[in-house]
Amino acid sequence: MSAHDHQLDGHLPHEPEKATLEGRNKILGFWLFLGAETVLFGTLFAAFIALRHQTLDGPTPDHLFELPMVFAATMILLVSSLASVFAVQALHQHKVKQMIVWLIITILLGLSFLGLEIYEFNTYVSEGHKLTTSAFSSSFYTLVGFHGAHVAFGVLWIGLLIAQIFKKGLTVVTAPKIYVSAIYWHFIDVVWVFIFTVVYLMGKVG
Amino acid sequence: MMNRWRVLKRLLPLMAGMALLLSACGRDDLSTLSPQGPVAQKQFDLMTLSISIMALVVVVVFAICIYVLIRFRRRKGDNTIPKQVEGNHTLEIIWTVVPIILLLILGVPTINTVFGLSKDYSKDPEAVQVTVTSHQYWWEFEYPEYGIKTAQELIVPTGRKIQFKLASGDVTHAFWIPSIGGKIDTNAGLGTTNKLYLEFPNEGVFRGKCAELCGPSHALMDFKAKAVNQASFDRWVAAMKAPVAMPADEKVKAAFESKCLTCHAIGETNAGSAAPNLTGVGSRLTVGGILYNDEKSVEENLKDWISHAQTIKPGNQMPDVSTNVKYGPGKGTTATGLTEEELDGIAKYLAGQKLEY
Amino acid sequence: MAAHAHTVKRYRGLMDWLTTVDHKKIGILYLIAGGLFFLVGGLEAILIRIQLIKPMNNFVGADTFNQLITMHGTTMIFLAAMPMLFALMNAVIPLQIGARDVAFPFLNSLGFWTFFAGGVLLNISWFAGDIPDAGWTSYVPLAGPTYGGGHGVDYYLMGLQIAGIGTLIGGINFMATIINMRAPGMSFMRMPMFTWTIFITSALIVFAFPVLTVGLVALTFDRLFQANFFETGNGGNAVLWEHIFWVFGHPEVYILILPAFGVISEVISTFSRKRLFGYSSMVFATVLIAFLGFMVWAHHMFTTGLGPVANGLFSIATMLIAVPTGVKIFNWLFTLWGGSISFTSASLFAIGFIPTFVMGGVTGVMLAVAPADFQYHDTYFVVAHFHYVIVGGLIFGIFSGLHYWWPKMFGRMLNEKLGKATFWTFFIGFHLTFFIQHFLGLIGMPRRVWTYLPGQGFDTMNAVSTVGAFLMGIGTIIFVVNVIVSAANKKPVADDPWEDGRSLEWSIPSPPPEYNFKQLPLVRSYDAWWNEKQKRQRRNAAGRAGRTDPYAFAIDPSARHEHRIVRSGAGLHVRPSGRCHRRARRHLWQHVLPLRVRRSRLPHRA
Repeated sequence: MSAHDHQLDGHLPHEPEKATLEGRNKILGFWLFLGAETVLFGTLFAAFIALRHQTLDGPTPDHLFELPMVFAATMILLVSSLASVFAVQALHQHKVKQMIVWLIITILLGLSFLGLEIYEFNTYVSEGHKLTTSAFSSSFYTLVGFHGAHVAFGVLWIGLLIAQIFKKGLTVVTAPKIYVSAIYWHFIDVVWVFIFTVVYLMGKVG
Repeated sequence: MMNRWRVLKRLLPLMAGMALLLSACGRDDLSTLSPQGPVAQKQFDLMTLSISIMALVVVVVFAICIYVLIRFRRRKGDNTIPKQVEGNHTLEIIWTVVPIILLLILGVPTINTVFGLSKDYSKDPEAVQVTVTSHQYWWEFEYPEYGIKTAQELIVPTGRKIQFKLASGDVTHAFWIPSIGGKIDTNAGLGTTNKLYLEFPNEGVFRGKCAELCGPSHALMDFKAKAVNQASFDRWVAAMKAPVAMPADEKVKAAFESKCLTCHAIGETNAGSAAPNLTGVGSRLTVGGILYNDEKSVEENLKDWISHAQTIKPGNQMPDVSTNVKYGPGKGTTATGLTEEELDGIAKYLAGQKLEY
Repeated sequence: MAAHAHTVKRYRGLMDWLTTVDHKKIGILYLIAGGLFFLVGGLEAILIRIQLIKPMNNFVGADTFNQLITMHGTTMIFLAAMPMLFALMNAVIPLQIGARDVAFPFLNSLGFWTFFAGGVLLNISWFAGDIPDAGWTSYVPLAGPTYGGGHGVDYYLMGLQIAGIGTLIGGINFMATIINMRAPGMSFMRMPMFTWTIFITSALIVFAFPVLTVGLVALTFDRLFQANFFETGNGGNAVLWEHIFWVFGHPEVYILILPAFGVISEVISTFSRKRLFGYSSMVFATVLIAFLGFMVWAHHMFTTGLGPVANGLFSIATMLIAVPTGVKIFNWLFTLWGGSISFTSASLFAIGFIPTFVMGGVTGVMLAVAPADFQYHDTYFVVAHFHYVIVGGLIFGIFSGLHYWWPKMFGRMLNEKLGKATFWTFFIGFHLTFFIQHFLGLIGMPRRVWTYLPGQGFDTMNAVSTVGAFLMGIGTIIFVVNVIVSAANKKPVADDPWEDGRSLEWSIPSPPPEYNFKQLPLVRSYDAWWNEKQKRQRRNAAGRAGRTDPYAFAIDPSARHEHRIVRSGAGLHVRPSGRCHRRARRHLWQHVLPLRVRRSRLPHRA
């Protein structure tokens, strides 16, 4: 019953996420939050760039990184971003089932990215590259780990949203949440592109 | 008329106070307002220029402010609505452009001096090179050209450029001799060594201070800069390099070697460099940078220091007779436990370490 | 179903305050918490001054002194000044923009309680016995694991991290509120100046606080997990901390001072009965100050050794900030010019602000001269400078704003006699304390020293400074007395108690009802309420009857900018919206435990 009430007498507008002031506030507020997140990652990048040559006796980036695996992770995350685009498209067409399928695909890809990252960190630690090894290792784990934590949070969040959609259906209350989670997912994807470039590619170049 | 006089009368004590303040420019060996060298002089000139410009601004603002407050105050029963003015383009342009001009007048000499004072004389054979290392809470001065090290008292020749290379042995400090020139931080870690040059045209002793919070005894991390003529400086260098005799008394010697020389060094016996070098400590102006030897004798000051170092400079790295070190990497270093006899002997020996220069 | 009733349990008394999401109540909570921390920070300041009253004093000793200066700085900036600003923001902004609440009422409450938790955690250190002592700037290596033993700095890191999250939430909330929730017709260029400065301050919070977050995380990792960000022995870089701290820290000082600029603009305009002179240049100056504020951080680091190029650039960039600031000063003076100035406590603080802030501003330009800064840096000159801008600027602004908006916030007037006594004691005490400190710095006294040797010429000036600090303390106590006296006074307050109110908050009752506006106002100009009053007066003078509804704004064809505002399709008044009423009643627990209460069943109106 309650799910039904939120659909304005059964009719969802084309962009249900922007139908109410609450929805518009949520989207605007979330963009502002992403502005803050940009500064957060910007600072982490700055710290990493300042410290990346301080490897001491630990392994150097050139020695450490395995580009093929990182490239695979990058591709997985990019495709997951695409999946979340399709989810938002389905949202606009009010195709709830399709949307949920795409969201589940997004989550699964996010999980496989996380799996790869955990495997990667594990390998590094076994090669003597720990948080405490050098200034380079500290800034590396903090930057990449912060991103990983963001992915993990995104997976959890979208998972909960799927549960909520099952319970309440697509309404003007749930739609903005789906929409901002998609923006969030794109954001962490963009951050990863920068990590791939600045940490991994530049690490290989020297 | 009456009113104005009353205002003036009220302002009189304030003006008198100001005059008193301005006349009190502080000690010649400490104040930035009585520069004793060209570096401090250049900085003082910029200070004067900026204060003059800013005084002009303050006077204009205060004048308008006082005028407005008197002229436009609301009279009793006045209920008229003033004209609602949106703005005035001419005025707004004036108070945008005039400050820009004032800033240009200030900005050009600023940039000039920024570059002028950052000159590097490291390769200049005429300059004296000094490596400064700061420690909690003392200063180490090394003269790499002469192969000597001293502490707490910087000896420099007059008339030559002194090029400093500054770094820290522990936390960040700042090296500052106010009457000779501005400060610079001493950083720990690779790639953050700083350079600074100063000049001492006049002979004399100038007070130096640490200007960056560095722990409990930051306030007490003073040093002295003593400028002497070239001949005297040469004699000092020679005296610093001369061999130093150990205490004659065997018991005192044993205590000195086992309790002091583990960290300190004296003469060529460079057993330790974790603590101030003691060569010539008897002819320094102070003990520990803050106990003045003209107020008490060197020997008494040394005795006070060795027995109560932790009280005199809380948190420093030297254990005293009965107190352990409580802070920093030397934390837990146990008290020296010197006997009264050893203490007397060591103080007397060190007080006798005088250099002729 | 048909009733559309909203069966939320309404709490009363203490529970109501603990769970409220009403911006007006949250504003009062911020004021109480910020006020308490202000008293704590003030007490710390008094202890600092007692310690320094004479040379080689041993009143608190070296360790406690460093703890006092650290806690004084941190408390005053993060736990007193910013919350008191948030108090004014919460109390005033939704009213000024004609909104029924902020964009995210629940986040507003969350932000307050997060800040409060962080503040309490930081101060628990006094009882735990491990107190932060590396200065509010917490420079490494002194604050690092090697030299900063114990858990003192950990309290600083955790406390600020948590309080900082609360602040960030507040910043996002107020940006979104001001962008999305303005009343119909209130374009950006019709917003009151205080709203503008809060908008810009919120933007600064959003873009500056995450930098601090990263800095605190990195230092926490160093201290707790043996990471090496700032461990110079393991390749870490201590100067990096200084950069991170000041990239945050410099915008932070503008976060503090811009709202004070806003308060002063409102108060001066109201009490001189004049429109703010050069409104658009004021707005532009505010934006420019905020923008430049992000590119001058290294002027805190002239003596760090960044080299002449960096020092030169940051010198010039810093000086440039003087231009928009000067524009503001003159705009205030010319708002007063030709006005009809009444000297209430609020306007005294605002008028006292102008010369005081100018003095702090000019010493700021002097500090921007890098070679001269080599002499000023880390001396009492700097201490004097930033107290002139933060106390003489921000705290005067807060006092002014509190005296001004107190009737709106609490429905009670503050006593004017006590208010003026507060002003004079605080004003004289302030100048006595800090003017002399400029000279202490110039004659060679470094800052953050727990004592000083006799015979250096510091003795008299320090004693005078301490006397001034006591006078400021007395001023603060008089204010507290005033608050208590006003609470006992039951006389109700008019909607527009100063009679010269200009912005929308004065068009509604004091204190405002929970929903603020019975009908959302239609804004036709800058100074909307003032212009409405003028129009009514003209109409009354012309013999026509005024409108019966005091809260509704009339259309006047003669109003300026008439053509621009007819974009709201809602006609004369915007319909009261049920949505906002409901939201104002929603409480904290409902969000935390959504299952315990029935969900809203009302359809949402666009």
